Amino acid sequence: MPESLKPQDSLKSSGITPSQTVGPFFKYGLTPNGEYAWNDAFTNSTLTPDVTGDRVRIEGRVFDGDGVAVPDCMLEIWQADAQGRFADPQDKRALPNASFRGFARCGTDKDGHYAFETIKPGVVPDPDGKPQAPHIVLAVFGRGMLRHLYTRIYFSDEAGNAADPVLAVVPADRRATLIATREAGKPVYRLDLRLQGGDETVFFDV
Amino acid sequence: MTFIYPTDSNKAHPLPLSPDYKSSIKRAPNKPLIPMRHTLSELTGPVYGHETVRDGDDDLTTQHTGEPIGERIIVHGHVRDEDGRGVPNSLVEIWQANSCGRYVHVRDQHPAPLDPNFTGAGRTVSDASGYYRFVTIKPGAYPWGNHHNAWRPAHIHLSVFGHSFVTRLVTQMYFPNDPLFPFDPIFNSVPDEKARARMVSSFDLENTKPEWALCYRFDIVLRGQNATPMENH
Ligand SMILES: [Fe+3]
Repeated sequence: MPESLKPQDSLKSSGITPSQTVGPFFKYGLTPNGEYAWNDAFTNSTLTPDVTGDRVRIEGRVFDGDGVAVPDCMLEIWQADAQGRFADPQDKRALPNASFRGFARCGTDKDGHYAFETIKPGVVPDPDGKPQAPHIVLAVFGRGMLRHLYTRIYFSDEAGNAADPVLAVVPADRRATLIATREAGKPVYRLDLRLQGGDETVFFDV
Repeated sequence: MTFIYPTDSNKAHPLPLSPDYKSSIKRAPNKPLIPMRHTLSELTGPVYGHETVRDGDDDLTTQHTGEPIGERIIVHGHVRDEDGRGVPNSLVEIWQANSCGRYVHVRDQHPAPLDPNFTGAGRTVSDASGYYRFVTIKPGAYPWGNHHNAWRPAHIHLSVFGHSFVTRLVTQMYFPNDPLFPFDPIFNSVPDEKARARMVSSFDLENTKPEWALCYRFDIVLRGQNATPMENH
């Protein structure tokens, strides 16, 4: 580090750096997926060889306010392991004995499709220690979106949804926008995202 | 122990709907965002350190056989939080147009030349004090279809992880005194003038390398944690 940029140089700031759109041209940098001369730091899978838990696929499509598929979104997920523990030293409970990280990233294709390969997370406590139903947090970035949107993915076959403290703050008639539906007989869940409109996805102010 | 991130900090961000930016009109939610308490899911975040980054990923001028065309620059600064603390070990990813204002992205149709020696993508990890540094080429301005004679001010796109999912930030770094600032709806989507100024890098003569490259300084300020401790079960 240059002498003139010592850490003590870092004075208390007057505010955060504002968000700007990811724009239409992020793919070669953030999700090259073998199509550009740049290596992927992340893929659409959280799976590691040693990860335990139920392996699932979560897929769906992203639509705009006209119901038109959005071909240039980027989605990121973050989740706990099957025991409900995060691979982050800030989670002071027993850390997972695995290389599982719980983060994945993917872009939407020309028809707005996305898909993640992951495991179903376990139960994570809320700030009062009450159990939250298994869920994955989701950030949605895209051209036209000046800041990413924050939401959650729940699972249709979880009885715990009924008592989940975050679903409880969502109006009952909008909760379904957060719940991925299990396909019969397959470890596949479907959840479409609607950025705007009558049935728009619930996004949270965090 | 974990901490709560005050949501007041988010007031610096643009509102989802910014009608002058045409693409936001059909992609911004109509309904207000729903407030919720931060839980461990929001307060933790992906931890990706040096193993994610290859040697040379922070130098966008040496990724091909020849030297890219354009003005070589150094971009450096600290990733820090609102309380002034450096944010160590944070992944910083950048992507940008070449010196002619052209992206390698297949959908960029701007009739400006591609540079076979410039991809325009880089990544690095902030050090123990939050310091990061890239060597790159100064990107050109480029036209876009938002309105008649619309040009984006020169900018570098940045993606920063920080230490929790709620500190995740994607932004753009601009260059000082760009004449296109008053006309750019993306830059001006940030309502507060002081907040807009935080997206503009400053020219750094002291760290400019003689006979080699101009230097720009850009500090990336993420949300801070207030001192209210939260029980971590
Ligand atoms: Fe751009």
